[in-house]
Amino acid sequence: MRFLKLSRPGLLMLTGLISMLMASVAQAEYGLNMTESVTPIGRELYSLHMLVFWICVAIGVVVFGAMAWSIIHHRKSKGAVAANFHESTTVEIVWTVVPLLILIGIAIPATGTLLDLEDAKTDAEITVQVTGIQWKWKYTYVDDDVSFISSLAQSSRDVIKDPIGHENYLLEVDQPLVLPVNKKIRFLFHADDVIHAWWVPELAVKQDAIPGFINDSWALIEEPGTYRGQCAELCGKDHGFMPIVVEAVSEADYLAWLDSKKSEAAAAAASAEQEWSMQDLLAKGETVYQANCAACHGPTGAGIPGAFPAMTGSPVVTGDVAGHVDIVVNGKAGTAMAAFKGQLNDVDLAAVITYERNALGNSVGDMVQPSAIKNAR
Amino acid sequence: MSTEITHDGAHDEHDHHDHGPDKGLMRWVTTTNHKDIGTLYLWLSFIMLLYGGSMAMIIRLELFQPGLQWVEPHFFNQMTTMHGLVMVFGAIMPAFVGLANWLVPMMIGAPDMALPRLNNWSFWILPFAFTMLASTTFMEGGAPAFGWTFYAPLSTTFAPDTTDFFIFAVHLMGISSVMGSINIIATILNMRAPGMTLMKMPLFVWTWLITAYLLIAVMPVLAGAVTMMLTDRHFGTSFFDAAGGGDPVMFQHIFWFFGHPEVYIMILPAFGIISAIVPTFARKPLFGYSSMVYASASIAILSFMVWAHHMFTTGMPVAGELYFMYATVLISVPTGVKVFNWVTTMWKGSMTFETPMLFALGFIVMFTIGGFSGLMLGVAPVDTQYHDTYFVVAHFHYVLVTGALYSIIAAFYYWVPKWTGHMYDETLGKIHFWWSTIAVNVLFFPQHFIGLAGMPRRIPDYSLQFAEFNAISSIGGFAFGLAQVFFLYIVIKTIKGGVKATDKVWEGATGLEFEELPSPPPYHSFTQAPQVK
Repeated sequence: MRFLKLSRPGLLMLTGLISMLMASVAQAEYGLNMTESVTPIGRELYSLHMLVFWICVAIGVVVFGAMAWSIIHHRKSKGAVAANFHESTTVEIVWTVVPLLILIGIAIPATGTLLDLEDAKTDAEITVQVTGIQWKWKYTYVDDDVSFISSLAQSSRDVIKDPIGHENYLLEVDQPLVLPVNKKIRFLFHADDVIHAWWVPELAVKQDAIPGFINDSWALIEEPGTYRGQCAELCGKDHGFMPIVVEAVSEADYLAWLDSKKSEAAAAAASAEQEWSMQDLLAKGETVYQANCAACHGPTGAGIPGAFPAMTGSPVVTGDVAGHVDIVVNGKAGTAMAAFKGQLNDVDLAAVITYERNALGNSVGDMVQPSAIKNAR
Repeated sequence: MSTEITHDGAHDEHDHHDHGPDKGLMRWVTTTNHKDIGTLYLWLSFIMLLYGGSMAMIIRLELFQPGLQWVEPHFFNQMTTMHGLVMVFGAIMPAFVGLANWLVPMMIGAPDMALPRLNNWSFWILPFAFTMLASTTFMEGGAPAFGWTFYAPLSTTFAPDTTDFFIFAVHLMGISSVMGSINIIATILNMRAPGMTLMKMPLFVWTWLITAYLLIAVMPVLAGAVTMMLTDRHFGTSFFDAAGGGDPVMFQHIFWFFGHPEVYIMILPAFGIISAIVPTFARKPLFGYSSMVYASASIAILSFMVWAHHMFTTGMPVAGELYFMYATVLISVPTGVKVFNWVTTMWKGSMTFETPMLFALGFIVMFTIGGFSGLMLGVAPVDTQYHDTYFVVAHFHYVLVTGALYSIIAAFYYWVPKWTGHMYDETLGKIHFWWSTIAVNVLFFPQHFIGLAGMPRRIPDYSLQFAEFNAISSIGGFAFGLAQVFFLYIVIKTIKGGVKATDKVWEGATGLEFEELPSPPPYHSFTQAPQVK
């Protein structure tokens, strides 16, 4: 890892290929091969991958070997005289049938593995619904009434211009998905807007999250640890910035974590009953805005002309408050504007709407209380 | 190498003045001549190669180190999308059509293409289509940013207004391809010289005949896909919108029903080129001609039946996944037959290694590497881990850059002495080969590693463990890009002058264009049909 820490733009270029190649070959964490998995199905995939790889290597040795032999020995400069043979039905049949047999040899284990991989339902103990949203993940524990959104950690966003030395850059989130080890977990995938794909290499799970459809997949994690992944299907501007972090813990820790999540939710519901001050709403609203709205509408509310409208001076934001609440809560059909009622709670929605109306170059002067959001839902 | 090439072929020059071309710009606008139109196609393709290549340079620059230094994510997505569209529809496909224009009439003993005015039109649509596509970069909302595969709903509900320009440009490219294909089929089936039966045609003609049928079959499917996008965007339909009863996955099925045959559209003519070059420089006839024809046809037929192997993570039923896995790996059988035939053609030959042969050998080795990764990707359960990573990026660049593009470059070096009457500079050609081949492997080979290690494709920034291989890959990318600017210099130098080529050009060359026509050939290739024995 030393080379990595030393790297600076100029230095990286100067130290050049040789040192980096040496470092890469010598150290396994640079990853020359498929990530080894912590699930039984992942290990099956890995050995299938290696089987096909070695078959390819063997064929390559034969084909490239024959080619090299020919290039070395059958060259005109060595006085080789061309033979004139140009067909042989026997040979053609042999090199049609032999590859066919090799393929059957690959297809048999591949079929078994595929059937295992696709069987998410049998004996599943915990079901987690995963919803892809531009550009974050929503996790819902179907049997436990726990649900939260997980997005790229602010610490990664802060170093985006120069991340060198920042551990787990782009692979850290604000709230990880916590799962118990040694339980078969069934994931249900779905998306609210465009197609995403949930991928954690060490769990050997990659499945598309598609609006209007539910896909499933499964994992049985055998070792506690932190496993990181990313969205794997191009889903718009910030596709590269929607990581996944899975914390695999013991069952007792998992149950304790579930309880803490439930009490958090209860506290949030209680605070929604209170009357909030302008100052508190603005402070909360800024955090919510930067995490949920800034990706499209810009950190200063400038938007991206032609793609995403600006907040500053927007007729919706500076107009009637009911219209503003409606578009944030219910979204705008036929556009990229999502319905945030499924993503944010009443306090967050009230705060972010108040913030938009009174910051980012706007000063309407009114505020929205969480109770108003509750009524608008 | 000069001992192998005889340069003393002074020959009947320009004795066809009465049929010569017009002068000036209007010659190129109004031309119906297969050579002129072939030249136009090839130049368009080169311009598009440099345009698409410069976008690749921006991509590699941003990916040179972790963090966002040069471009915004939205612009990065425009670059990956436009790079793919321009290279597929602008560089590779027109280059093969250009080669077909130049070569098919000469190879089958015809004076020109069967439908010359259609030929003019199918070319001249393209500059307008690409101008329209490229102009979106400067519009509000920017160029298409949803990947060259433009999956709905990212390309429908969530795309900017400029997407309509993209849709219209794709329609124009499709019309051009279909017209070009009709012309090629009409030429091959109707204008062969007496005695040239189908099973005597050069493999380049065969593979193009098959390719033309593929194009006619699948370009309308692509047109259907973009038209459904258009009506979803503007006329209230819900083909791809689940909320209206549609299906975003159906978009992928339709796209890949076009997209997978498209892959073979970009590689079958390459097989034809390699099958011409290897026997010439091995001085030995092509091994297994008829099995090569049957293998090409099998690949074309199979290419219609494997499309959903691009969709193993979309949640297909397991029976569907099994079928598409079996059908996909089956394609490696006829493809393997081709590689074995080429290697056996070399076996006990008398080989020399001029630039076209070097690029052809490079093609065989590196296309085969792309074939191996293709076999791995075809195995459905593990594809769930390779899918949408840099492993896929490495795979399709091995088959398209060191495959399709290498065959086009090989074809240029092989036939340019015939076209212009000038030999290219052999030393520069060899430098071009070695420079490109080293660079392209530094560029794409490490992408296998970062893909397996977990780097998704189409991301503008990445976590730190991918930094080293991305930096290496970028250095290879810049070197490979520069090598193609060097190639431009070689092309211009060869057109302007050079040692005079003989009529036969290569000692071991066969075929009507080398045996029956002078170098350069007359404006109308064969005014009298040759007799093929």
